[in-house]
Amino acid sequence: MATRCQFENSNDVGVFAKLTNAYCICALGGAENFYSVFEAELSDHIPVIKSSVAGTRLVGRLTVGNRNGLLLPNTTSDQELTHIRNCLPDEVVVQRIDERLSALGNCIACNDYVALIHPDIDRETEEIVADVLGVEVFRQTVAGNVLVGSYCAFTNQGGLVHPKTSIEDLDELSSLLQIPLVAGTVNRGSDVIGAGLVANDWAAFCGLDTTSTELSVIESVFKLRDAQPMNIINDLRASLIDTMA
Amino acid sequence: MEPSTSYGGQVTFQPYATQGYVLCCLCGTSILPNPSNMCVNCIRSQVDITEGIQKQVTILWCKECGRYLQPPKHWVSAELESKELLTFCIKKIKGLQKVKLVDAGFIWTEPHSKRLKVKLTIQAEVFNGAILQQTFVVDYVVENNMCPDCNRQNANPNSWVACVQLRQHVYHKRTFLFLEQLILKHDAAANCVKVKDIHEGIDFFYAQRGHALKFIDFLQSVVPIRFRADKQLVSHDTHNNTYNYKFTFSVEIVPLCKDDLVCLPAKMASSCGNLGPLVLVTRITNQITITDPITLRSYSMDAPVYYRHPVTALASQRALVPFIVLDIEPVQGAQGNNSRFQLAEAQVARLSDFGRNDTVFYARTHLGNILHPGDTALGYDMTASQLVGLDYEAYVNKGGRVPDVVLVRKSYEDKRRKRQAKGGTAVGRPWKLKTLDMEVEDNTSGPRGRKEAAVDADRERFLQELEEDPDMRARINIYKDAERLKQQQLVGPQQHRMQQERTTPVGTQGDDNDEEEEDEDLPQIPLEELLDDLEGLNLEDGQQAVGGRVEECNADMDMD
Repeated sequence: MATRCQFENSNDVGVFAKLTNAYCICALGGAENFYSVFEAELSDHIPVIKSSVAGTRLVGRLTVGNRNGLLLPNTTSDQELTHIRNCLPDEVVVQRIDERLSALGNCIACNDYVALIHPDIDRETEEIVADVLGVEVFRQTVAGNVLVGSYCAFTNQGGLVHPKTSIEDLDELSSLLQIPLVAGTVNRGSDVIGAGLVANDWAAFCGLDTTSTELSVIESVFKLRDAQPMNIINDLRASLIDTMA
Repeated sequence: MEPSTSYGGQVTFQPYATQGYVLCCLCGTSILPNPSNMCVNCIRSQVDITEGIQKQVTILWCKECGRYLQPPKHWVSAELESKELLTFCIKKIKGLQKVKLVDAGFIWTEPHSKRLKVKLTIQAEVFNGAILQQTFVVDYVVENNMCPDCNRQNANPNSWVACVQLRQHVYHKRTFLFLEQLILKHDAAANCVKVKDIHEGIDFFYAQRGHALKFIDFLQSVVPIRFRADKQLVSHDTHNNTYNYKFTFSVEIVPLCKDDLVCLPAKMASSCGNLGPLVLVTRITNQITITDPITLRSYSMDAPVYYRHPVTALASQRALVPFIVLDIEPVQGAQGNNSRFQLAEAQVARLSDFGRNDTVFYARTHLGNILHPGDTALGYDMTASQLVGLDYEAYVNKGGRVPDVVLVRKSYEDKRRKRQAKGGTAVGRPWKLKTLDMEVEDNTSGPRGRKEAAVDADRERFLQELEEDPDMRARINIYKDAERLKQQQLVGPQQHRMQQERTTPVGTQGDDNDEEEEDEDLPQIPLEELLDDLEGLNLEDGQQAVGGRVEECNADMDMD
């Protein structure tokens, strides 16, 4: 089920939260609204924790993780590292890595089986990613952009990529990742997918500006509702075109 | 799927990249991705790039002169649906700076509706990078507002700002007749508000000082003048320190005319190269050309030179006396400029004396190539006339030689008279001149007014001069008079037949041959020199002169 929310009036939910199948990390905000939304949805199933990374609230963009592990940049303080390690279940391996490109969330996108990384990431980091997260790693670009973590978001069920991705690229990525992919937008036409939404196998959160069309696309590609994607879109379009005519 | 073209081993990779479709974030139609990722309709519904641009504008229009106000002060004249009006309307719209104007055009509105509609197409950037194009209509309300010029004109219809008072202090107005034709040809009086015919001159009134100055420049190039400028204060705005003046230019034309006899003072004669003190004025353009009839030397001076030592004419046209040439003998080897003049010794007698007594004069004349024995010539009779002039008297007292007769030009008077008597049709000349619209002072009865007879005589003499002098003709426009031309051609053959039948009256010399020769001798304007009067064009323009007697002036004949 896809939910709309805002972090302190910002629609870029993916910046301030990290959502996987095993846990969820939120940023520390002034008001508890953001946290409570996640809590309401997820806390029955997975632990939802609040933390900062490297003293900032940009947990979504600095960290990357899946069910198996979590990677933190070298700017993370020891306290934060300890805090996170304590809060998360023991199955999740928390590792701090030394990488020049320290915004790991922008450079790496992953689900539980496959990861796409920035073409310029070091070989050691790539090996650590493969090791800690237990995934198959591919160096790829999305729509000509090297920041794969920003311009696509995918789970084990499906994924959303930058709207300008060509059909050939889409097919190629889809075959790499072995999941259905669709090119679309989030937050009323914004093409920064990774910053605009967070998703796991049964839940997704996006900004308040997201239109119903975008939401239906998200829900259908991430298989959050049990329905054929085309039908939804057709129904939606029919009803909307009448009013737009 | 990815085509690769190889050029001798090297593989150039050209990956295909088909753009996929995404759904419009608002309405869900699949569109090609664009920076806003919304379909065109959604963008249009969300964003109005014409926001901030004036949609309704008021413009002021003057009913009298049809001009539109461009604030603060300029009035621009433009026709409805013209380019100038479009430019003016677009300039009036506020808010067009931030957007790019792609296209503009008028939408037709009823002319009396006092509304103008302009359709504009503009382009502007929305969101991040998407350029949107939109068409919209701007309404203009036209309001009546009299412009200050029309206001002033209405309040005071005869007001003028600059006046050119053109004067020539001679007893006739032939110069002004010629000047009128020159003005018409060069369209020099286009900006004139009024033209007034005055004793000894003409007044031209203008609404702007610059126009008057332009006219004076024109005058300077065609007649020798001197002028002075004066101004008179009309009003004074103390707050702006602006002054309104009326400017008056007093222009005086040199009082010499063609065929005048002038006696040069000794100093002037020596500066002209020792020209004999008695000279004839042969030509007036913007320079005065004087010729010594005895030595055939001529000298040209322009207005400033003349006014250093202004001389008046000793004798002019009024004093011309007809002489009949008894015998003429060209002096060998003496030819004037361009062989227009030829020195000759002539034996002449006054026409009034001819047949009555034996008074014969011997004269040296410059008309050697025109005069033949038996011709009538006009000249100044120095013995019988009373000539007054300080320089002349000084010259005579010093013992200067004065010729008995100074011949000036050949006379065609009797030929004209004979022609009139013979023909009887008096169709008149097959050409005409245009006239300037002048306000004539109604003072023909007053003491200073010119009598009508004098006016007509001047005009007739002017037309004769045009016939005789091809140089003068070349400077002005002469128009065909289509009706008279037709009449002449119709009457021509009849006339000829009539002459053949009629017995020659007693006293006139010669037979038909002689008469025909004399007719050809009479100077007339050749048809080639006449212009078509475009205003008087009628439907029968295509008629050619077929048969009949087409008057042709003998082009080789030397005039003066």
